[in-house]
Amino acid sequence: MQGSIADQSSIDLTHSEATAPVAASHHAEHPDLRLFGFILFLTSESMLFLGLFVAYLTFRSVATSWPPAGTPDLELLLPGINTIILLSSSLVIHKADDAVKSNDIAGMRRWFLITMAMGITFLAGQLYEYAHLEFGLKTNLFSSTFYVLTGFHGLHVMVGVILMSIVLWRSRTPGHYSSEKHFGVEAAEIYWHFVDVIWVLLFLLLYIL
Amino acid sequence: MKVPSTITALVVGITLTLASLWIGQNHGLMPISASVEAKKIDDLFNAMMAISAGLFFIVQGAILYSVFFFRRRPGDDTDAAPIEGNVPLEILWTAVPTVIVMWLAVYSFDVYKAVDGGNAIGSNHMAHQHAPTMAAMPGSAMAAGMPSGSMFSNPLAAPPISVGENATESPLVVNVQGLQYAWIMTYPETGIVSGELRLPQNRPVRLNISANDVIHAFWVPEFRLKQDAIPGQETHLSFTPNRVGTYPLICAELCGAYHGGMNTRVIVQSPEEYKAWEDSQKTVAAKDPVTVAALIYDEAMASQVKAMGFGSDHSVMSHLRHEAISMAEVVEIAQSL
Amino acid sequence: MTQAELSDPRQLEPLVEADNGSNWREYFSFSTDHKVIGIQYLVTSFVFYLIGGVLAELVRTELATPQVDFVSRETYNALFTIHATIMIFLWIIPTLTGGFGNFLIPLMIGARDMAFPKLNAIAFWMIPPAGILLLCSFFVGPASAGWTSYPPLSLTVNKAGEAIWIAGVIVLGTSSIMAGLNFVVTILKMRIPSMPIKKMPLFCWAMLATSALQLTATPVLTGAMILLSFDLLVGTAFFNPTGGGDPIVYQHMFWFYSHPAVYIMILPAFGMISEILPVHARKPIFGYLAIAYSSIAISFLGLIVWAHHMFTSGTPDWLRMFFMIATMVIAVPTGIKVFSWVATIWGGKLRLNSAMLFAIGFVSMFVVGGLSGIMVASVPFDIHVHDTYFIVAHLHYVLFGGSVFGIYAGMYHWFPKITGRLLDETWGKVHFALTFFGFNLTFLPMHVLGLQGMNRRVAEYDPKFATINMICTIGSYILAVSTIPFVINAIWSWSKGKIAGDNPWNALTLEWLTTSPPPVENFHVDPVLTTGPYDYGYEEEEEALVS
Ligand code: HEA
Ligand code: HEA
Ligand code: CUA
Ligand SMILES: [Cu+2]
Repeated sequence: MQGSIADQSSIDLTHSEATAPVAASHHAEHPDLRLFGFILFLTSESMLFLGLFVAYLTFRSVATSWPPAGTPDLELLLPGINTIILLSSSLVIHKADDAVKSNDIAGMRRWFLITMAMGITFLAGQLYEYAHLEFGLKTNLFSSTFYVLTGFHGLHVMVGVILMSIVLWRSRTPGHYSSEKHFGVEAAEIYWHFVDVIWVLLFLLLYIL
Repeated sequence: MKVPSTITALVVGITLTLASLWIGQNHGLMPISASVEAKKIDDLFNAMMAISAGLFFIVQGAILYSVFFFRRRPGDDTDAAPIEGNVPLEILWTAVPTVIVMWLAVYSFDVYKAVDGGNAIGSNHMAHQHAPTMAAMPGSAMAAGMPSGSMFSNPLAAPPISVGENATESPLVVNVQGLQYAWIMTYPETGIVSGELRLPQNRPVRLNISANDVIHAFWVPEFRLKQDAIPGQETHLSFTPNRVGTYPLICAELCGAYHGGMNTRVIVQSPEEYKAWEDSQKTVAAKDPVTVAALIYDEAMASQVKAMGFGSDHSVMSHLRHEAISMAEVVEIAQSL
Repeated sequence: MTQAELSDPRQLEPLVEADNGSNWREYFSFSTDHKVIGIQYLVTSFVFYLIGGVLAELVRTELATPQVDFVSRETYNALFTIHATIMIFLWIIPTLTGGFGNFLIPLMIGARDMAFPKLNAIAFWMIPPAGILLLCSFFVGPASAGWTSYPPLSLTVNKAGEAIWIAGVIVLGTSSIMAGLNFVVTILKMRIPSMPIKKMPLFCWAMLATSALQLTATPVLTGAMILLSFDLLVGTAFFNPTGGGDPIVYQHMFWFYSHPAVYIMILPAFGMISEILPVHARKPIFGYLAIAYSSIAISFLGLIVWAHHMFTSGTPDWLRMFFMIATMVIAVPTGIKVFSWVATIWGGKLRLNSAMLFAIGFVSMFVVGGLSGIMVASVPFDIHVHDTYFIVAHLHYVLFGGSVFGIYAGMYHWFPKITGRLLDETWGKVHFALTFFGFNLTFLPMHVLGLQGMNRRVAEYDPKFATINMICTIGSYILAVSTIPFVINAIWSWSKGKIAGDNPWNALTLEWLTTSPPPVENFHVDPVLTTGPYDYGYEEEEEALVS
């Protein structure tokens, strides 16, 4: 037997009892793995984006002219502002993390609210841009990739905002988050940073390159 | 781990090798070879058959031996002697496969360059170079049947030669177009449009392959050559048919319900016969390539319908027409040719 | 050895009855117990196997004669498309990772459950709906562009069915990602303290490698499916040349997942074989570390060989050469495994029961598929056999002769642990004999068909291939029949089979330390490692020394 149970008596003992107490003692002992799991999830997510990015680059490299002839070129001002908003929001949400680490729940909620506001502004800007672009989803290969990539990213921004609102909702109950246990806050933050990095790459690919 | 005495090992090794080599040469699995390229690919396949046979015998032999001689005796509930590994042995069975696959990769690379099944995206340069003398190949291939690291340098050593007797002669260019569910060949030089691929013997051929609806694939088993016909991008295939005869031209990429019926013929003729055919066609082509193409499409469909065992059933014909493209489109294609 | 003391007192646990009789409903509930979920996976996917098999039998029946006389061409294309989709996404992957992975991993590492039990349950419950959805597509005309679903064709036939197919694949992919995530965390973080990673059973190593692939490769498939669905439903032109798109990009994205997918379908089987052989050969596994690392090597190499499915797709020369070489290199780590397995049974004291027979059958059949794999990796040769029955032969040798044989071996080996009862040996041997014979009769001749010039995915073919096809069809019927003894055996033994006891095989890995079936939370007391997972034969040595 690869393993063995050292003390025979202890077996019968635990065996005669219900398994519940064992369970209790057990769950107490095993560490919180959610963060690790969450990071794995994000690696998986980034592979999804990576796939789409590489697809975009391939389309681009195969095409004779890119963006295809006759594509009205993109307005840079609004997306530029949007980028700045999103990037700075990453700093803001980090403040929230600091706050919760120093048990300042009120501060954490404040910073979260600001981040959410910025996220929503970003989405609004995105929609405004969509509304004022001369090309549609089906105009040509570039426009399709443009809308799908930005739209897909926008979806993630929305999810990020929802995550934060959930955290806010939960933080109503005093003691739900503390300097020791605040996985929700951390997850929301990491996710937000992730969405941010993706946007930077997107911006470079679609607007600058 | 019981290591058999060197003598038996040697005997077994030799017999295994000989058996593998024999199989490598006499499996008779490939159809007739009708192109210069086919020969090289067959040699490659024979080599791989020999290697695989060898490995197959070694593994299956060891398994069968264990099953028969290392069975648990009834009543014996003890465990076997604990052997956790054997470093030299493990190094051996890491090194030998490495050597074999490296050798195989190099060999395949040379054959690939020689047959030039490549130049997919029209990159025809480098073609017809670095071909090992095929005479040398079977030999080295044989040696390969036995995983002993002594034979893998042959293809490298082999001096390069050029492929095909008339590698110098200008290749015959044919535009091959796949559409659901027929092949249309056009000969740019003569303007001939045909439903079959007619080729003169021993003259290099270059096909410009295209598709106008979905992906198809040009395949002639007797040439051992296959190339997808991809809509929106032209692909190429260069080879030299060297055997007079009629061979199937098969669509190898799933292209819809009648994919299985999208076959026609390749007819390799002596240069004289080919010339005669060319002249006979020119007159027709001169008239009106468009209607010719249309006719061909009809023919192709009709023959398919027959091949499908319907006779010339018109409901099926019309169904096919519906399935496939409208006559207008055919005319369009024809004009584009 | 402590196992004797341990097993005796609990030989005839009431638990055995308890877990079978009273709470069977649990298996239809949203349970978060990894063992329940494992069994849910195993049973569900086996049902799908039978369905996929029936589709295969229909395919074979059509192919019995050269003419199209059994089903229409349209139906035929649908049949093999759904056949493959079910076999891959609803049978092999769920059984190996979801089924065996879930049931065994926590037990083998001494954990009480997976890291994320809820996520685990969700991952499972995504599968039945997706599968049923896929089957329902038969009412609207199912996807008919092959399991590879290449555009532009996939955009032109049976749009509704294609949309369902895409949806199904996305859902199943997501489920598989969740499972993979769960396994990585569980294996890396939840081992009992006394189990360093290098004392992990090899199945855990294999599952680690598999999960890595699920996490990294599957999302790219999702990406491809998203773009494809836009082309299909919205009318964009990512993969549609008429709109300036490029169908080849789809092929790259699809195979970037689907080649690793084939290793997702074989690595866990490798792992199970590495468990089963030592136990029934009563001999330590040969070259533990070599096998462990080769799993990792295979999973890494598996990520950089995808374009070997695209050798005739107009792939640039240098790419073809790169992918050819990378592909061939995989023979080395796989060879290490194969040879180590052979060396494990060599000089052992083989117990030739059903589990062992299937395990040995696995090694011998997989090698055949592997060798044909190396052949098709050679570009010039693949240019001839690509999209022919030679490929169909290759893929069934590795997927059936490999994965399915491995699954059967696992079922005979762990059935006692899962149910507390043994499967009937006689019927097991009949099952093996029929399967082995039927399998080779069905698929060996396909190599010849392919080389001689029969292309795949065709309902009608040149009459000169009639005889060989008839042989294949007969073989496939035998194969179908071969499953029936197993189905009956399993159902019967589950409630009436011989009581197994905790450790019927005298195996060393941890799952055998607890009761059969294991209680909720697996272990009454956290076990402590006393030996390695495969330390067979050392007792005898000690005794020999003593006397
Ligand atoms: C379980 C699934 C599985 C596994 C494990 C494999 C394993 C391998 N496969 Fe296969 N493959 C498929 C499933 C699988 N395949 C499927 C489903 C398709 C068809 C997809 C479709 O088009 O529908 C396919 C298609 C396929 C192709 C594309 C063919 C074509 O469409 O033209 C290629 C080409 O390279 C290939 C290669 C390989 C190789 C090199 C291995 C290697 O991993 C094999 C390695 C193993 C060995 C080599 C044997 C043991 C080793 C030794 C005994 C050591 C000594 C050996 C040597 C020195 C050679 N496979
Ligand atoms: C794990 C994967 C797997 C498995 C197990 C199988 C199993 C089988 N496959 Fe399949 N197959 C594929 C994966 C698989 N296949 C793939 C990926 C393709 C490529 C598809 C494509 O080209 O897109 C393919 C394609 C394919 C083709 C080629 C179709 C074509 O290209 O035109 C054929 C043809 O013979 C075939 C046959 C079979 C047969 C006879 C079996 C047999 O093993 C099945 C055995 C039969 C059963 C297991 C059924 C038993 C049950 C019953 C008889 C009912 C009894 C009921 C009760 C007891 C309740 N398969
Ligand atoms: Cu055209 Cu298949
Ligand atoms: Cu592959």
